[in-house]
Amino acid sequence: MKRIFFRNKFLPYLLIAPQMVVTIIFFLWPAGEAVLQSFQREDAFGLHTTWVGLANYRALFQDPAYIYSLQVTVVFTIGVTALALISALLLALAVDRTTKAGSTYTTLLVWPYAVAPAVVGVLWWFLFNPTIGLMPYLLSLVGYHWDHALKGDDAMILVIISAAWPQVSYNFLFFVAGLKSIPASMREAAAIDGAGPVKRFFTITLPLLSPTTFFLVVVNFVYAMFATFPVIDATTQGGPADATNILVYKVYQDGFVGLNLGSSAAQSVVLLAIVIVLTVIQFRFIERRIEY
Amino acid sequence: MIRTTLVGAMALAASVSMAQAKTTITWWHAMGGELGQKLDQIVADYNKSQDKFKVVATYKGSYPQTMTAAIAAFRAKKQPDIVQVFEVGTGTMMAAKGAVYPVYKLMKDMGEPFDPNGFLKAVVGYYTDSQGNMLSMPFNSSTPIMYYNKDAFKKAGLDPNQPPKTWGELVADSKQIMKSGAAKCGFTSGWISWIQAENFSAWHNQPIGTEDNGFGGLGARLEFGKDKALVKHWANLAEWQKEGIFKYGGPVGGNDAPPMFYSGDCAIYMNSSASRAGVLANTKGKFEVGYGMLPYYADVKGAPQNTIIGGATLWVLRGHDKAHYKGVASFLSYLSSAKVQADWSQFSGYLPITQAAYKLGQEQGFYAKNPGSDVGIKEITLNPPTANSKGLRFGNYVQVRDVIDTQFQKLLAGNETAQQALDNVDTNGNKLIEQFQKANQ
Amino acid sequence: MVENRPILNILAHLVLILGVLVVAFPIYIAFIASTHGPTDFLSGLIPLTPGHDTWHTYMTMLTTGMQTSGMPPLSLQMMNSLIMALTIAIGKISISIISAYAIVYFRFPFRNLAFWLIFITLMLPVEVRILPTYKVVADLGMLDTYAGLTIPLIASATATFLFRQVFLTIPDELMEAARIDGAGPMKFFWDILLPMSRNNIAALFVILFIYGWNQYLWPLLITTDASHYTIVMGIKRMADVADSQPQWNYIMATAILAMLPPVLVVIFMQKLFVKGLIETEK
Repeated sequence: MKRIFFRNKFLPYLLIAPQMVVTIIFFLWPAGEAVLQSFQREDAFGLHTTWVGLANYRALFQDPAYIYSLQVTVVFTIGVTALALISALLLALAVDRTTKAGSTYTTLLVWPYAVAPAVVGVLWWFLFNPTIGLMPYLLSLVGYHWDHALKGDDAMILVIISAAWPQVSYNFLFFVAGLKSIPASMREAAAIDGAGPVKRFFTITLPLLSPTTFFLVVVNFVYAMFATFPVIDATTQGGPADATNILVYKVYQDGFVGLNLGSSAAQSVVLLAIVIVLTVIQFRFIERRIEY
Repeated sequence: MIRTTLVGAMALAASVSMAQAKTTITWWHAMGGELGQKLDQIVADYNKSQDKFKVVATYKGSYPQTMTAAIAAFRAKKQPDIVQVFEVGTGTMMAAKGAVYPVYKLMKDMGEPFDPNGFLKAVVGYYTDSQGNMLSMPFNSSTPIMYYNKDAFKKAGLDPNQPPKTWGELVADSKQIMKSGAAKCGFTSGWISWIQAENFSAWHNQPIGTEDNGFGGLGARLEFGKDKALVKHWANLAEWQKEGIFKYGGPVGGNDAPPMFYSGDCAIYMNSSASRAGVLANTKGKFEVGYGMLPYYADVKGAPQNTIIGGATLWVLRGHDKAHYKGVASFLSYLSSAKVQADWSQFSGYLPITQAAYKLGQEQGFYAKNPGSDVGIKEITLNPPTANSKGLRFGNYVQVRDVIDTQFQKLLAGNETAQQALDNVDTNGNKLIEQFQKANQ
Repeated sequence: MVENRPILNILAHLVLILGVLVVAFPIYIAFIASTHGPTDFLSGLIPLTPGHDTWHTYMTMLTTGMQTSGMPPLSLQMMNSLIMALTIAIGKISISIISAYAIVYFRFPFRNLAFWLIFITLMLPVEVRILPTYKVVADLGMLDTYAGLTIPLIASATATFLFRQVFLTIPDELMEAARIDGAGPMKFFWDILLPMSRNNIAALFVILFIYGWNQYLWPLLITTDASHYTIVMGIKRMADVADSQPQWNYIMATAILAMLPPVLVVIFMQKLFVKGLIETEK
């Protein structure tokens, strides 16, 4: 906040109005409606509406399919986050060691971030296509019968790889920045004390990277839970047997495809609660970083 | 001379003013690929045939996408005049009384000549209310048939003109084909829920739900698990899949099934009669295709009964003015005329929906010239439909199909027995149907 | 580098080369697929070397599209994507920079409320309010319009916060000096703040352009008319065609064309991209 400021009665309102109008009309109003709808039961065409109190929520948490979707989401989110973070960290450490070629590698590694998740999904879907895909063929050579149309685990692996692939670039950039900010003197000092590269990594690099890592964990969680809709839609569409039906996809399936509006609205509200928690965690963390 | 120019000028003037007054009729459909091209041609012909209305057809993606887009548009008051809805959406559309304009009523209100008796019983039966009134206009109806690779049959030492009639024969043939190396797998199938559950039960004259498979009212519930023939069939499918005789082609339409047949991997393939054009195009020059009726279990009494249809009908949505509905009525008449129907069904492999169109095709010698093209018609007309083989009508059935796919996948993965899988279909499916009943009462 | 261990250096290069290959592999396969004729895929395995249909495939897609799957020419769809990406990027930057200006440089009633309202948008991704937002857009008659494609997406908490941060680091003396010179608030904004934020604006633009170009669910929901399809959502339409086979060569050509513009932006504006990415998340 500034100590000094302009005095003007109307100008600030005028300046902030566009943002407010868009926010209220396209964010708050629809979100409010979602909350209202979660207490209603309505037919697909919107011809009859009845208030049902908490019935939609009760039905939701008694529904094994929803509980299953929650579990699937947890596995998926952790899988994507772990894969994307670990590979990014490995690459960042490697780039940190190479002095000359570092920027070339960086260029070659960052661009997947720019590929739309929907396109990423289509690419991996093609690679793993059971009839003409290359990966199932290669896997069959080593005796593994790949079939993500039938095997839930295969499908989960496919969506995790597809979703993590563009996110690696993102994490990579942050780890590179994080590594750069670690003073070389600290690592040199440790080296002089006789600590090997592995020991140095665990005693110095990793702890000093922890703010970056923590921040990335939250961002990756949000990404995996909300931004991966196109990936799922283009690869498994939640199948087989709901094995990759994550919460966001279920909201869409039940609401826009199944037209079960009350339940879909209740699911939206649950998601809303999750985003709020994640955002608060993220924001508190950001605020702390700003203070430092 | 002067007179003709004058008449010409007047006609021109008239057509100009008419052109300005043309009412635009919107039609959302799910026909991609060659079918979409053909559909566009039909629409263009209609637009040329008269000058009062202009039909604009828009491809909206898959069947579920088209249906949900239309419903969302209805809620937003931006609905098209006509929407193509697949057969399992029928329950949902019928229950939406304030949203759909029943076709029989539309035709009566608009004074359009319309003879419901001219349509094939097995087709319209699916889309009539309890008083026998037609609620939507059939457009593309199909039924599952069996395709087989004649070359593989020959290679395996089987008679290529003798497709297996029963499941027993099919499995024996498959084993021989696999043993001889003529193909890697016996059979695959598109649309598991439609072909290996709903049609299976109709073909064996077994109910899959109460109240005449839902025709009796919203209180109907699923009873797949009580169909012992189906339970046995699913158990067999799981077993055959383990042995490599059957290969699964994926959920919903089973997108991975057609390539397995085209590539020669699987010798037999069950799918919609409307896949015929695609099958021919994709196997041209590779092997000769034979056609047969769906197999049945010889020990089930009453089999084979008749198959049920799939495909889609056209629903008219409310909320437009009378000028629109006049155009809609005129267009629907055009679509169901013998000439258009015969042309469309011969091109696509969909069933002719009127007797007149079927007759026209026979007169043109189409079925004689194109072997296999009438297998579907023979199947649906094999016997007069019973309560078990008229079709099915449950609300939220689009999602029930997902449940069926899910349980089938669990069965194949070895997580459940056939009985458990079908019982779960009933439990989970009935929850959806119950929700639908509550929301629409 | 701390010490010189050749084995570790080789290992580092190996890891990086492997990373680059894994990253490039799907794209390579996609490109190869797009160069083949449609029948080359039925044999059962994708070819690994380029085919001969490249020119034909790409020209067909760009100029005529696939009318049978309701796909207009890709040139039109790419134009729509471009319009969408530019409008979203410019729109977001414009409304965010002026609201950040209002929040940082003015005191007014409801200032905190406004700040919190903007903050809340962070918590409402489009996925959790799909149906109601669709309804609002439809009620406003914005289905199948560029306005409908873009305006609902241009509120931005991240961009507002970024500019707020930037403004907070600008010394107060500048503003005092401006006031002494008799410059009004708008003059101060145009002459001082805007030029000083130029780098941030450029960096943000790169990120937002990619964000806008890559939108999928939103255009999928609100466009019913082929003339407003964007290329990213168009791919999906091609991939699921009822009752017929996916045409892999065309789908992959579309995928390549869909990823090309944002990827080029990242490669050629890498510095701005990295800056934008890291700053918006701070």
